[in-house]
Amino acid sequence: MNKKQIVYPYIPNSVPEVKAEMMKVIGINDPMELYEREIPEELRFKGEMQLPEPIYDEYSIKRHTEELLGKNKNAQDHLCFLGAGCAPHFVPALCDEVNGRGEFLTAYVGESIADHGKWQALFEYTSLMAELCDMDILSIPMYDGGTAASSSVRMANRINGRGTVLVPEKMNPENMLIMKNYTNSMPEPDIKMVTIKCDGAGLIDLDDLRSKISSDVCAVFIENPTYLGSVEVNAEAIGKIAKKAGAEYIVYVDPISLGVMEAPANYGATITCGDFHSLGMHLGAGGCQGGFIATYDDMKYISEFKDLMYGLSETSVEGEYGFGEVLYGRTSYGSRDKANEFTGTSTGLWAITAGVYLATMGPQGMEEVGTTIMQRSQYAAQKISALPGVEVKTGGPFFQEFVVNFDMTGKTVAEINKALLGYKIFGGKDLSLDFPAMGQSALYCVTEIHTQQDIDKLVYALNGVVSC
Amino acid sequence: MSRDRYSRFRKFHQAKWDEEIIFELSVPGERGVLVPKAEKEVAAAVGDGVSALAGLKRKKAPALPEISQMRLNRHYLRLSQETMGTDVNIDISQGTCTMKYSPKVQEHMAARHPGITEVHPLQDPETMQGILEIIYKTEQIMKEISGLDYFSFQPGGGAQAVYTNASIIRAYHQSRGDLKRDEIITTMFSHPCDAATPNTAGFKVITLMPDENGFPPIEAFKAALSERTAGIMITNPEDTGIYNPRIKEYVDAAHAVGALCSYDQANANAFLGIARAHEAGFDMCHFNMHKTFSAPHGCMGPATGAVGYREFLRPFMPVPRVEFDGSRYYLDYNCPQSIGKTRSFLGNFGVVLKSYMWIMQHGAEGLKEAAICSVLNNNYMMQKLKKVPGVVMYYDFGVGKNRLEQVRWSWEKLQQDTGFGTTDVNMRLSDFGIQHYWTSHHPWVVPEPFTLEPCESYSKDDLDEYCGVLAEISRECYEEPEVIKGAPHNGPTHRVKHMEIDDEELIAVTWRQYLKKKGLKK
Repeated sequence: MNKKQIVYPYIPNSVPEVKAEMMKVIGINDPMELYEREIPEELRFKGEMQLPEPIYDEYSIKRHTEELLGKNKNAQDHLCFLGAGCAPHFVPALCDEVNGRGEFLTAYVGESIADHGKWQALFEYTSLMAELCDMDILSIPMYDGGTAASSSVRMANRINGRGTVLVPEKMNPENMLIMKNYTNSMPEPDIKMVTIKCDGAGLIDLDDLRSKISSDVCAVFIENPTYLGSVEVNAEAIGKIAKKAGAEYIVYVDPISLGVMEAPANYGATITCGDFHSLGMHLGAGGCQGGFIATYDDMKYISEFKDLMYGLSETSVEGEYGFGEVLYGRTSYGSRDKANEFTGTSTGLWAITAGVYLATMGPQGMEEVGTTIMQRSQYAAQKISALPGVEVKTGGPFFQEFVVNFDMTGKTVAEINKALLGYKIFGGKDLSLDFPAMGQSALYCVTEIHTQQDIDKLVYALNGVVSC
Repeated sequence: MSRDRYSRFRKFHQAKWDEEIIFELSVPGERGVLVPKAEKEVAAAVGDGVSALAGLKRKKAPALPEISQMRLNRHYLRLSQETMGTDVNIDISQGTCTMKYSPKVQEHMAARHPGITEVHPLQDPETMQGILEIIYKTEQIMKEISGLDYFSFQPGGGAQAVYTNASIIRAYHQSRGDLKRDEIITTMFSHPCDAATPNTAGFKVITLMPDENGFPPIEAFKAALSERTAGIMITNPEDTGIYNPRIKEYVDAAHAVGALCSYDQANANAFLGIARAHEAGFDMCHFNMHKTFSAPHGCMGPATGAVGYREFLRPFMPVPRVEFDGSRYYLDYNCPQSIGKTRSFLGNFGVVLKSYMWIMQHGAEGLKEAAICSVLNNNYMMQKLKKVPGVVMYYDFGVGKNRLEQVRWSWEKLQQDTGFGTTDVNMRLSDFGIQHYWTSHHPWVVPEPFTLEPCESYSKDDLDEYCGVLAEISRECYEEPEVIKGAPHNGPTHRVKHMEIDDEELIAVTWRQYLKKKGLKK
């Protein structure tokens, strides 16, 4: 086929006759005339972009992509015990059904007069999350848990004007990197991140917290469960210390834990935040994360959210629901650099999906999934701890994840994980780079998708790997 | 033979289900799905599992609704039908957003292939070579498209990409100990994120107003520059569709005082293969992969803002970088001056995958064809819309000047003639099966604005239908005002009493807050 005559299926007006007709209407003979008048010659690119040869037809691009994606091993052909903020969970079919609907998939910023369904689905997301968190207020979603955590800290800083945030030294390292950048300023950080000592399971050292709390602390930030999986049993005491000093108490949760774990609001949190990936999303190579912040019904908090908020309202017809923008002036769409931080396209489709998940699971489903996760992860920890030279370091109750130390085996986590691949297993996240003091430790994640047989297979494989 | 799109209009009615808020569907005891339970042996070994939580065990179950699966499915499909996505309408309305067709083959790969859906982002790089290869290859492509040297796909959207660039500007000056540089200059017709993100990153923001040409005069720009200028962050063409032909002078002047220049290329669909950040002298840029490169908008995400840099800014880029040693792809975290991360893991890989597929289906010629057709479509529409009574084109320089891919129009004359402004017209638009249009970001510099972007996805027939509908609504404004007053008539809902809710008493952003405000008990 002559290249010049290609009609692109996604560019209807690439048909030469149509193009000619349109040019006639405009009064030009060559479409490049439209550029020649607008973009000065010295700014126009004279060369040709050196791009790969195109793959025009649909079947061939599909084959090409399948070949590339086929090079990836995945959690369908392997057992995956990686979590660390992106744990493998059961995704109800309804979640995929709804987020695959073309109307949701391709909608954007329409008002509720035409996009009523989108507004309602997102309003339902905030409403369902509010029940899960036992708090009143959420905005539409953020990019991921790390950005939600970071924005929570900036909210606290605006609320009380203080310049230090206390965070666990063993907090999620991805989130720490995000927060470190987000609290930075020019010429220097305007919110200082100070770490609180933690034990081997990531639990806060209360004495160290007491020594660092001050009237300059805008917030005490903790994770529950901790990055290392532990349940922060002193969560209420930590909150009391924070609030006594006049600081906000921010608790970062994995929302799938909240069917069985107490909502942070009920042990003193003033801001709850997290990543809702666990609520109905696939692993997606990390592309299915989404952040949320929840607070109380208090203008002190409501006015500090940075993202759009959809308010349930009335229409000109009695009894009909409609939706409006709440406090639009908070957002950068409304007031540019005078806004609370910035907003933009984030993760609307995943938020709708999280709503579908929570509605599908219901209160009983959330309790059951939390229970299964706790039972199976405890079973796995129990079995793994019986292996020679392998130590499970939980330090108390844990949810879904736990630390396994391999120091006594004489093997590194990297070596063990390489060997586990031979058993078609993705071993736990190697912690030795982020936390060298923890030695050769890995973070294992066991959820409702791991059957007893899966866990037994892991134990069998680990036994084989560490004893050879 | 196609219908006359200027006289025969769709007798459209959007689905209107009057659907309940999901909590109103709850029937105690109903289940949407059953979830896996631990095996007997597991339970025997560990007990109920949750007793271990002791005082942190949830005391009161979350008040989520209880709904059977068929009803849930019906609920959400009804809501989807009450949503006017690009797939079902001529989505020219959302100017600045490039509502491009998202080819289904891309979605089928990204949403269904386990080589992406079931891949964990922390897998051993050896087990995700395909993903790393696609990221690496897309980086090489973006380098050609922009003329810059390195790219990252970590940011989860356009605004986050611009924020990443503001962070890079800060890191660059901090690394040089040049700490007095605390100002960023932007323009009023650049996207609000070009002002908001540098402010979040700790800069003072100077926003320049346009003159009669539609962009700030070079003299005003030079007057704003000083030894305190850290950078400029601007769009070109701006959200008016006007390309600032003197952009290189602005960039050179900024460089002369030691500032960096960041190019917001949200509007890049106009000039793929025709103009590049490199030739205009920019140090960094960003592209919206979900706009320019066809990935869908997903009710506001997931998205990807690709950020590109010249060589000297590489040390500050987010970690990890995807590298290739000639045989294997790997992740490089060894970047001590890096800003760290702005988004977790590798960003939204699914969006990168879709963009890669779209680019590969077009090649260099096809990308250029997309740009040309987007500008052609816009200029064709201009000829048609200029004739619609009540329409004004601001910054209209008469013969010889055009717009690139979009136009910020005005209904100023219509309002003067009929009293109906842009909001009134907008309310009526969806009655014809067309998404209501994007007016303008705030503040409205152009009075009674509306912004249309007919990208290359739309056929000549689509453009004619759209123009015909606007002409018809204009006619109604002049001749049948009652029709306009009550609009929308055929939508899923009617005009909302409070489109902007600032009164505390009216704020209800969750169902529980709504019940509380209404004095209704849960």
